This record gives sequence, structure tokens and C-alpha cells, in this order.
Amino acid sequence: MTNLEKYNQVFILNFLVKEEQLPGMSLGSVSVWDSVGHMGLIAAMEETFDLTLETDDIIDFSSYENGKQILNKYKIDI
Amino acid sequence: MYNRSLLLTHRDNIAAITDDGITVKYGDILDFSDLLYSKIGHRCLIFALCQNRPDSLCAYISFISNRVVPLLLDDSLDKELLFNLIETYKPEYLWIPVSRLHEFSDETVVFSSNEYSLIRLSHEIQFPLHDELALLLTTSGSTGSPKLVRLTYANIEANARSIAEYLAISDSDRPITTMPMNYSFGLSIINSHFLVGATVLLTNKTLMEKEFWAFLKRGEATTMSGVPYTYEILKKLHIFKMEIPSIKYMTQAGGKLNPDLNREFAEWALKSNKRFYVMYGQTEATARMSYLPHQFAISKLGSMGIAIPGGVFSIIDDKNNPVEGAEIVGELVYKGGNVSHGYAECGDDLKKEDENKGILITGDIAKRDSDNFYYIVGRKKRFIKLFGNRVNLDETERLLKNIISDCACTGEDDHMIVYISDISREQEIREYLALKTGINIRGFSIRYIDKIPKNTSGKTIYANLPIR
Repeated sequence: MTNLEKYNQVFILNFLVKEEQLPGMSLGSVSVWDSVGHMGLIAAMEETFDLTLETDDIIDFSSYENGKQILNKYKIDI
Repeated sequence: MYNRSLLLTHRDNIAAITDDGITVKYGDILDFSDLLYSKIGHRCLIFALCQNRPDSLCAYISFISNRVVPLLLDDSLDKELLFNLIETYKPEYLWIPVSRLHEFSDETVVFSSNEYSLIRLSHEIQFPLHDELALLLTTSGSTGSPKLVRLTYANIEANARSIAEYLAISDSDRPITTMPMNYSFGLSIINSHFLVGATVLLTNKTLMEKEFWAFLKRGEATTMSGVPYTYEILKKLHIFKMEIPSIKYMTQAGGKLNPDLNREFAEWALKSNKRFYVMYGQTEATARMSYLPHQFAISKLGSMGIAIPGGVFSIIDDKNNPVEGAEIVGELVYKGGNVSHGYAECGDDLKKEDENKGILITGDIAKRDSDNFYYIVGRKKRFIKLFGNRVNLDETERLLKNIISDCACTGEDDHMIVYISDISREQEIREYLALKTGINIRGFSIRYIDKIPKNTSGKTIYANLPIR
């Protein structure tokens, strides 16, 4: 699986959404992505890519697009 | 307690600051309170859909100080559940955010402030209100349960005074909101701070949002509070490495904190010169019943502490006899001025007399140690907490009857398990529960069972459900 596929899978499995819904998705834009959902998403990202996100990055991880840039900082190219 | 003289005494103090820079003085609340009451004009029932915003906060103070009785509800409460509650209790008015006005397009808007509207409803009948009834709060709000707690003016004042005393709250304190004000824990923070003329930092932002942390720092918050799940988030956010010097103390209630997490927070607080309070309460006692004095946060780890000032705990056995001595388990009983008058389940109940007489049989199973510190060891009632929201399991089954013929709900805090015999509907049921309750879908798991175990009178035998 490519990193993009892995990245998308985390969203799809966590939020029970379809791939085509992902662009533009952000914290609060769907009911499953609330603070509880966010914690689950972050935990799954950390496990999938084997890293620990810093506080600011957890908070900035507030949209599908932002998340890609944040993972770039951890040398994960998506 | 919310009367003219309290607001006048502190008139020049700042009562609330919002994350978008609005400042509200106690004197402003008084003006708003008078204006809003002039539109209502008499003692009656009102439903308020709450946000951590000035119009919601000021209206609450107006209602209490003018003897209008509010039921405080979540502003995102499902429309159908809200309409059921209106049908049951027939409030004369609604106080709702302008964004939900379109749901009431046939009704009369009597008054609008910046963000809220006052709507008058027409009913053929109105239910009389008991003279001491001040406030109604939900028991299982997210399931739309009609079961409400009846609180009095004396309850609100007694609990606010006790809390302000044991936390030594002063007018220089600045708690930041982390919970909705319709939630008894969230409301108790407002009441106990307003009693002494302190400033509340008002925000609807969650811990997950940058604006929350920026506001906490800019507003120099002195206090943070939360339910167990809040503390899990704080740990995940690496709070132990954060620089938040303005925070003097943190409080935790709304369920039992995981012991490891409890220890981590207690030790971190000690090291970083902050106070950490584990507390216990129920809406049935306005909010608070116990606290663990911060000096004992580590030595009495796992304890919910001692009764708040003015309160007394006891433990009873299954024959209702008091249990003396340490380490003996029984049901926890609390006595104090903050114990509600009882429940309401229909409009006629709003005139009911005091059924508790200051004594609350908590439904929690507890023991005390030889130093008279109390420990919760279990729960008698059929409810769990999902991310801090109390969810009654029987109410959830009732809610699910709308879409499936039979099910059994069980589980533990932060994890409800629904047993069904048609597994093809797993996803549909999880989505329905998340949609209706507004609680994250992660809180609900579905398990398959051939047949729900029942006794001869048709009641579910929960003990016969498979072990997880």
C-alpha cells in the first residue's frame, strides 16, 4: 500500500466514510469527527505510521489536507 | 442566590470573557436580566438550549433570579427528542439560538438578542410549578429521556457555597469552560464562581482546537476541569510537557478516573506546583457531593474523598441498615442541603413536594477506609457514562425500539454494548445511536446473540448475556 492509501484507510476505518468524501473533510464537518473521533484518528495515525505527534501537530491535524502536510514534517510523504 | 444584590455587589467585576473578545460585567448581566424578564413577566416554565455564550449564560441568571424555571438542554439536542420534551412538559417559552429558529417557524418570536430568540408557545394547558422549584436538569440528556431532576433555589445556593469554600474560590479566579453549561458539572463551575464575583472564560471550543489553548493562555485561566475522558485527551496532548503557568488547579468528576492516569496527573500537579482534585457528584445532588483534598491526591489515590462542607456520607446494607466500620461495601447515602426534591417524569410532577428530604440514596456502591475516606466500587443503577455523558441503558433500549424489535444494552463507562439478534443491522444501529444521542459512534459496539435471555415475565436477564 502507498502512504496515501494507508492515510486514506485510517480516515475510512475511523470515520466510516467513503474515499470520495475525504477531500475537504475537517474536524467538526462530520459528526464522527468530534474530539472523541479526533483522538481515535490521531492514535490510528501514530500506529499506522509508527510515530508520536507533538501537541501542536495533533491540534493542527484538523483537516484531511492539513494532516498530509503534518505527516510530511515527520518525513512521511503522502 | 442569583438576586439583585449579588449582581449589584459585583457590578463592576467582569463575569465572563468570550474567546472572541466579548466582555460581560455583572452589571451587564443585571441589565440583560431585567430586559429579558420584562418580556416574560411571570413565573413559568422555559426550555433553554445552552451554549457557552453570553446570551445563554445571562439568560440563565435572569431565569433563576426572576423565578422563571428553566430546563437546560444541549443546543444540539436532536429535534425529535426536543419536540417530545416540549410535548411532555409544555413550556410557555423557549430560549434558543437564532440558528435553530427555523424549526419553530409557526411560533411567535417575542424578543431577540444578538444570538438568541425568545419564543412563546401555545398550549391548552400549563402545569403548576412547586414554589421552591428553581431549575430542571436532565438525567440522561442525550437519549432525550423525559426524566428530569427537580432542583430548588436553596439547592443551587448550598452547593455553590460548599464548592466555593472547599476550593477556596476567590474573585481573582478564572476558570475556562470545558463542558456545556446544561451539564451539572459545567453549571456548578459557573454557580460557584459567580457567587464570589469571579470571571469565567467562556468558550465552546474543544481541547482539540488551537483557539482553546490560545484563549486559555491569553485569558490566563487559573482552573481547568473535566470528566475522565478530558484527562485522557489532555494526556494525549502531552499536557505534562506544556507550559501553562496560569493554571493553579484542576478538578475531575463525572466518573472514575483510570488509576494510572489518576496517579500521573496527581504526580504532575505536585511537581508543577498545581493542585489536583478528584471529586464525586450527581445531578440529583445539584452537582457535587465529595472532594479529595489535594494534599491527599497521592496518598489516597483512588478515593473520591470526603463529603463537601455541609454534607454527610453514610453507607447502608441491603436491608437499609447503616454500615459502621471500615472496608465494608454497601450503598452510598448522602445528606445535605444540595439534595434535589426528586425527579419529574411528566408535567404533573412539577408541583410535587420534596421527596428526598435532603437524603439521597446514590445508587453507587462504596466503602470507607479507616481514615473515613470514601471509595466508589460499583454502581447499582443501569447507566453508564459515555465520554462524560450519563446514558441510561434502559432509555437507550427504549430509543432503539423505534427501529428494532428487541435488544439488550449493557457495557461499561466509555463503551456501550448492544446485543441484537439481527447482525445485518449493526452499522445502522450504531449510526442511529450516534445521531440521536450526539455521542461519538466509537462509544457503541454491537454484539450478536441468538436470542435475548428473558425471564418468564419477559424481562431481560442481563447476567445471562455472554461475557465480553
